[in-house]
Amino acid sequence: MPLLEMQNVSKEYNGNPVLKDVSFKLKQGEVLGLVGENGAGKSTLMNILFGMDVIHQTGGYGGKVLIDGKEVKFASPLDALKAGIGMVHQEFSLLPGFTAAENILLNREPENKNVLSLVFGPRTNTIDRKELQKKAIDAITKLGVTLDPDMLVSEMPVGHKQFTEISREISKSSIRLLVLDEPTAVLSEKEAEMLLKAIRNLSAQGISVIFITHRLQEILDVCNKVIVMRDGRIINELDAASTSIQEMARLMVGREVSAGRAKEKAEERPLSDKIVLSIKNLWVDMPGETVKDVNLEVHQGEFLGIGGLAGQGKIGIPNGIMGLYPAGGSVKLNGQEIQLNNPRACLDASLAFVSEDRRGVGLLLDESLEWNVAFTAMQTQNRFLKQYLGGLIKWRDQEAIKEITDQYINELQIKCTSSKQRAKELSGGNQQKICLAKAFALQPKLLFVSEPTRGIDIGAKALVLQALKRYNRENGVTIVMISSELEELRQCCDRIAIVTDGAISGILPASTPSEDFGILMVGKTGKEAK
Amino acid sequence: MEKVKELLRSFGLPRLIIAGFLLLLFIVAPFVEINVGASLSDTLARFGMNSIMVLAMVPMIHSGCGLNFGLPLGIISGLLGATLSIETGVTGPLSFILAILYSTPFALILGWGYGQLLNRVKGSEMMIATYVGFSSVAFMSIMWLILPYSSPTMVWGYSGSGLRTTISTDGFYSHVLKDFLQINIGTLSISFGEILFFAIFAFIIWAFLHTKTGTAMTAVGSNPIFARASGINVNKQRTLSVMMSTWLGALGILCYQQGYGFIQLYQGPMYMAMPAVSAILIGGASVNKASIANVIIGTILYQGIVTMTPSVMNNLIHTDMSEVLRIIVSNGMILYALTRKTGASR
Repeated sequence: MPLLEMQNVSKEYNGNPVLKDVSFKLKQGEVLGLVGENGAGKSTLMNILFGMDVIHQTGGYGGKVLIDGKEVKFASPLDALKAGIGMVHQEFSLLPGFTAAENILLNREPENKNVLSLVFGPRTNTIDRKELQKKAIDAITKLGVTLDPDMLVSEMPVGHKQFTEISREISKSSIRLLVLDEPTAVLSEKEAEMLLKAIRNLSAQGISVIFITHRLQEILDVCNKVIVMRDGRIINELDAASTSIQEMARLMVGREVSAGRAKEKAEERPLSDKIVLSIKNLWVDMPGETVKDVNLEVHQGEFLGIGGLAGQGKIGIPNGIMGLYPAGGSVKLNGQEIQLNNPRACLDASLAFVSEDRRGVGLLLDESLEWNVAFTAMQTQNRFLKQYLGGLIKWRDQEAIKEITDQYINELQIKCTSSKQRAKELSGGNQQKICLAKAFALQPKLLFVSEPTRGIDIGAKALVLQALKRYNRENGVTIVMISSELEELRQCCDRIAIVTDGAISGILPASTPSEDFGILMVGKTGKEAK
Repeated sequence: MEKVKELLRSFGLPRLIIAGFLLLLFIVAPFVEINVGASLSDTLARFGMNSIMVLAMVPMIHSGCGLNFGLPLGIISGLLGATLSIETGVTGPLSFILAILYSTPFALILGWGYGQLLNRVKGSEMMIATYVGFSSVAFMSIMWLILPYSSPTMVWGYSGSGLRTTISTDGFYSHVLKDFLQINIGTLSISFGEILFFAIFAFIIWAFLHTKTGTAMTAVGSNPIFARASGINVNKQRTLSVMMSTWLGALGILCYQQGYGFIQLYQGPMYMAMPAVSAILIGGASVNKASIANVIIGTILYQGIVTMTPSVMNNLIHTDMSEVLRIIVSNGMILYALTRKTGASR
């Protein structure tokens, strides 16, 4: 009988299906690898397994989760813990001022009774330090790593923090299934190796492990079987012993071969020789999206895509160039050096940026659509202004603003009651179109678009991509689009650059088969893979 | 029905309750032998005295610096201007203009420094502003004693040095605006001079908010990250707004003094910010949205309550409840507004 079984699990958020008909079985002591691009549904699946609040608040899920053949419905993560499921998240939840041992047994400390506790109850028990130490060391040995139980978490290297987290989970006596969400992402190679060894140890002791990672080599090293997810479905269940990185990468990135989709693919266009933007040794200090050393040349009139997995730094590139995060290096537009860390200088050089953070950076949520569309152009190019007293008074030209807003509302088919409506009242897709209108209104020479389809529905996605493609083709504006969805990039772009670990790992024409991109994403250069 | 609801929502429930309460007071007034005409005149006179200090809230709210709890700083600039003007010995309306001129550089310099401070404490401006106000009042309490003023109308008679706590503006600029264009109908007297003076500055602020810089200021308040991504120097806009607010505060206290007839030094400016903050909030402004209409409606409602509650309540129940009510209204309003991030009607 399998330890964990999922039967036809499905889940939707506000009518948007994110998991469809997911079924799999996991035997005791088995290590299951779970791979998929960002947004493939891995996290949602784990949230369901854990009975997280976010699932209940959005209407529960369909299908069944069985443990030992009995259906369970966890009302909260606490129930899941009681049933013997432990999870180590990407972000650490440790107390920095406490030692490893204290963290491992936090709130489950062995206690000593004393006089006070006889009177006031168990809340006044004291902690049995010796027993605490012993139990912590037990857990660490079970994991099979070297970790000093007396070390303060605040003084630990990341790897040891990760081990502390895992030790805490396995110190629970009832633990039977451990979920590790990208545990190796923050580790050095050496530490990662130790962790993989620890996973094998656990498996040998009969603890099942679900291992989520983007590093496919690790899957091959440690897992018994692999589940590849894409668009909320399980694409394939593979035997880890008989698969390869290439196969997994291809399945992960996916490729629809139906005729309908193929037509949408970008036509092959000759690339102009003229280089419009050249980036040299760019670094950007953007939390979670650090760019280390990017060298990139963008040709006149092309539609360049930048892809890669989340956290590798692709989003940092436009944010750094546009001055929103500290950056360094050299960026030249048509041979002119652009001053970094100065948003105004970039706008003056006719660069424009549609941010991935629509609500935070892209929009004035409390203001009218008119303001949103016209504001940047008004401030940087003195357009939509009436000048009086020889330019001393620059009065907002309400009619010109309304005119341009109405023009874009028509062109981009923005659904709104009027150009006076507040931006926050629009749906995500229409807000995105307003962001595009804002950028178009700047009449840029080069446009950066970051994650233009994040969080919007499929219909709006198509419209946004079409608008961008048309703007590129008809107005001859060079566009650099950053997106996590490779299919989307392949539909629009001429070339696609893949960012791994803060640097460009390769640039390929959009017509290249998707597994090649997949291999670039997981950090192997084309040559090595062959 | 939907339209009525929509209208009610846009006007705002708290404003409706306060307006209703004020109306009730005016209805009750004749029955407890209070002259409605005189009460109305009183309300309007207080409006003229206080409205510019309420207007001083607007620039800072627009730039996202929150409510100007540091208004005492502007008031101190005004006090410096007022005392310097009297020190020169110029009398009549000219002394009022002189007071404005003298207070301007103080307001701009203090405002600039205050702005720099607020730029370093983004997110907790209002808390810091409160203590900027309090501490500047305390500092100036020392300075009023030390500064070498010598005009006999201002210094303590027995020592010949140090300024008095209250100084009469009689013979200088007392009632310069109040008596200008005053119209009397029976017991009702309306001073158009004060209203005109307010209207001029309200228009200037309104116009400013329609210019390129004003638009940038509003955008900074609405979403500073958006503004930065649009090439706006956020700190510069914020500093500008603080300087404007401080200067309007200086102007506001001069306007108040000419109506009241006295300059109040030392602890006088300590709690001056509260009525102004309360008034603009009653007017429907929120921590980051305010309009000229909010200023006008708010000042009338707030000053109306302050004028009417003491007289009506005292005559009605023969107990002095009025002050308690006034404090409940003004502080309650501040409390209510601070719990809401947006929701102003524009």
